[in-house]
Amino acid sequence: MTLPFLILAIMTLAGGVAAMTMRRLVHCALALVVSFAGLSALYLNLGAEFAGLAQLLVYVGAIAILIVFAILLTRGGEGEPEGAFSPAGIVGAVVALAVFAVLAWAVETSGVARAGVTVAAPQITMREIGFALMQRYVLPLEVIALMLTAAMIGAVILALREKRNDSAGDSGAAQKQGLRA
Amino acid sequence: MISPGAVDQVFVTLKDWIVFHTPAPLQTLVSIVIEVATIIVVFAALFALATVFERKGLGRMQNRYGPNRVGPFGVFQPIADAVKSLTKEDVVPRAADHVVHYLAPLVLVGVVFLTYAVLPVGRNMTAVNLDAGVLYFFAVGAATELAIFMAGWSSHNKYSLLGAMRAIAQMVSYEIPLILSSVAVIMIAGTLSTVKIVELQARYSNGLAHWYVFTPWGLAGFILFMIAATAETNRSPFDLPEGESEIISGYFIEYSGFKFALFFLAEYLEMFAVSGLGITLFLGGWSSPVSFLAWIPSWLWFFGKLLALLFAFIWVRGTVPRLRMDQLMNFAWKFMLPMTLVTILSAGIWHFLTVAVVGPKPLGGVIRWLVCALVIFVPYITLARVLERGRRIEKRVYRFAE
Repeated sequence: MTLPFLILAIMTLAGGVAAMTMRRLVHCALALVVSFAGLSALYLNLGAEFAGLAQLLVYVGAIAILIVFAILLTRGGEGEPEGAFSPAGIVGAVVALAVFAVLAWAVETSGVARAGVTVAAPQITMREIGFALMQRYVLPLEVIALMLTAAMIGAVILALREKRNDSAGDSGAAQKQGLRA
Repeated sequence: MISPGAVDQVFVTLKDWIVFHTPAPLQTLVSIVIEVATIIVVFAALFALATVFERKGLGRMQNRYGPNRVGPFGVFQPIADAVKSLTKEDVVPRAADHVVHYLAPLVLVGVVFLTYAVLPVGRNMTAVNLDAGVLYFFAVGAATELAIFMAGWSSHNKYSLLGAMRAIAQMVSYEIPLILSSVAVIMIAGTLSTVKIVELQARYSNGLAHWYVFTPWGLAGFILFMIAATAETNRSPFDLPEGESEIISGYFIEYSGFKFALFFLAEYLEMFAVSGLGITLFLGGWSSPVSFLAWIPSWLWFFGKLLALLFAFIWVRGTVPRLRMDQLMNFAWKFMLPMTLVTILSAGIWHFLTVAVVGPKPLGGVIRWLVCALVIFVPYITLARVLERGRRIEKRVYRFAE
C-alpha cells in the first residue's frame, strides 16, 4: 500500500460517505464527484490510462452534470431528507452487500487469484485499445451504441409533452408558425 | 557563436542542469516543481499581457484609446488591476453556500492549469508525455463545467444560476463538435499523444511542413475547432452566459475582489489552453511552416502562434454581435455537428487516396486535395442552403424599443 494509493482511497471513500450523509442534494452530488475523481485517479495510479481518463470524462464531465441538472430541474429536491436508517437504507445495504459478495467471489475464483502470483502489469497502449474496439469488438460496440440511442430517443418521447390541438393559444401559435413559413 | 539548436533547447538544458545539481532523492520532485512552476508563471504572465492586449485591441477597433494611464501606453495596467483586485473587499452573500462559493474559483483555475500538462510548448518541452494526451486534455477540461455550476449554484442568486445553466448547456453542446473536429487529426496521425502529433507535422517536403491545416479536412477541422473553442471558453460571440444586458454577469455576479480575478484568469487560461491544443493538432505545434525558418526556436513558434490566435479571438470579439440562445443551439446541432462528421469522412477518404490510387506526386497530390475539398465543400453548400430555406429576411420589427 503506497502513499498515493492511500490518499486516493481515503478521498474516494470519504467522497462516497459524504455523498450518502450530507443533507443538501447538491452537496451530495458534489461529494459524489470527489469520489468519481478519486476512482479515476486510482485507475491512473494502476496504469490503466484509458479507463481512468474515460472515467473522468464520462463521470465527472457528463454524469455529474446530468445529476446536478436533474436536481435543479426537478422541484422538491430540497425536501426533508429521510434518516440514514430508513427501510430504503436497509434495502440499499442488502443490495450493496450482494454486489460486494458477487464481486469478491468473482475476484477470488478468477485465474489471477488462483495462480497466486503477481502478474506484471500489461502495457496496453491506446492504439491497441482502438484496434480492439474497432476490429474484434466492433459488433458489441455498435450494439451498445444502438441500444443507448434507442434508450435516449425513448426517454425523449416519454418526456415530450403531448401536443394539444384544442387549446386556442396553441393553435394560434401554430397558425403564426404557418404564416411565417 | 551559439548554434540554433542550443537556443532551441536552452530551457530544457537549464532544467536538466538544475536537476543535476540537486541531491538524488529530491531530483524527481525538483523536476516536477520546475515544470509546474514554469507553466504557472509563464501562462499567468501571458494572461497579464493578454488583458492589456485585449483592451488596447478592442479600444482600437472601437475608435477609442483603451487603457493609457499606467506606464507607457498603459502597459502596466495589469499590475494596477492586480493591486486593485487584491485590495478590494471580498463580499460573500449571506445566503451563499460559503464552502462551495469559496471552492468554485479555486477548482476552476486548478482544473484549467491541469490541462497544460500535455501541451507541447516547444521541442522536448512537454510536462507529461501521455500516450492519451488529447483524451487527457478533454477529460480534465470537462471538469470546468462543474466548477462553473458550483459558482452559479452556491451564489444563491437567480442570475448566477441562470448564467451557470446557460454556460453548461453551451459547453456541453459545443464539446461534441470540439472533440469530433479533433478526431480527424487523431485518425490520420494514428495517435492520441500530443507530442507525436506535433512530430508528425514537423516534417517537410519541398520546404513546406506537413501541417494538418494545409489539408482540406484539416482546414475545415481547424475552423470548426476554433469556433467550438470560442463557444467552449464562453467568449464573444458566444458569451451568453455572462450576457450583461439580460443576466447582469452570469455565474460570477456574486464574486468580488480576487475571486473574481481568478474567474477572469481561468477564462483566459482556458482560451490559451484550447488555442494551444488547436495549434498542436492543426498548426504543427512548435514547428515552423517552412523549412528555411526552422532555425527560429521552437518555443518562439508556439507562443507566436498562440498570440496570433489570441489576436483572432480579440478581433472576433470586437466584430461579431452576441448570438441568441436558439441560434446558439441550432448552430451547434444543425451545422457544427454535421460538418465535423463530414470532416471525418473527408479525412477517411484522404487516408485511402494514396499514391497508388491517384498517381504520382505533383498531379496525384492535387487530385487528392481537390477530391477531399469537394467532399467538404458540397455538403457545406447543401447544408447552408437547407438551413437557410424557409427563412425570409425581413425588416426587423421592435415591439418595445421603437
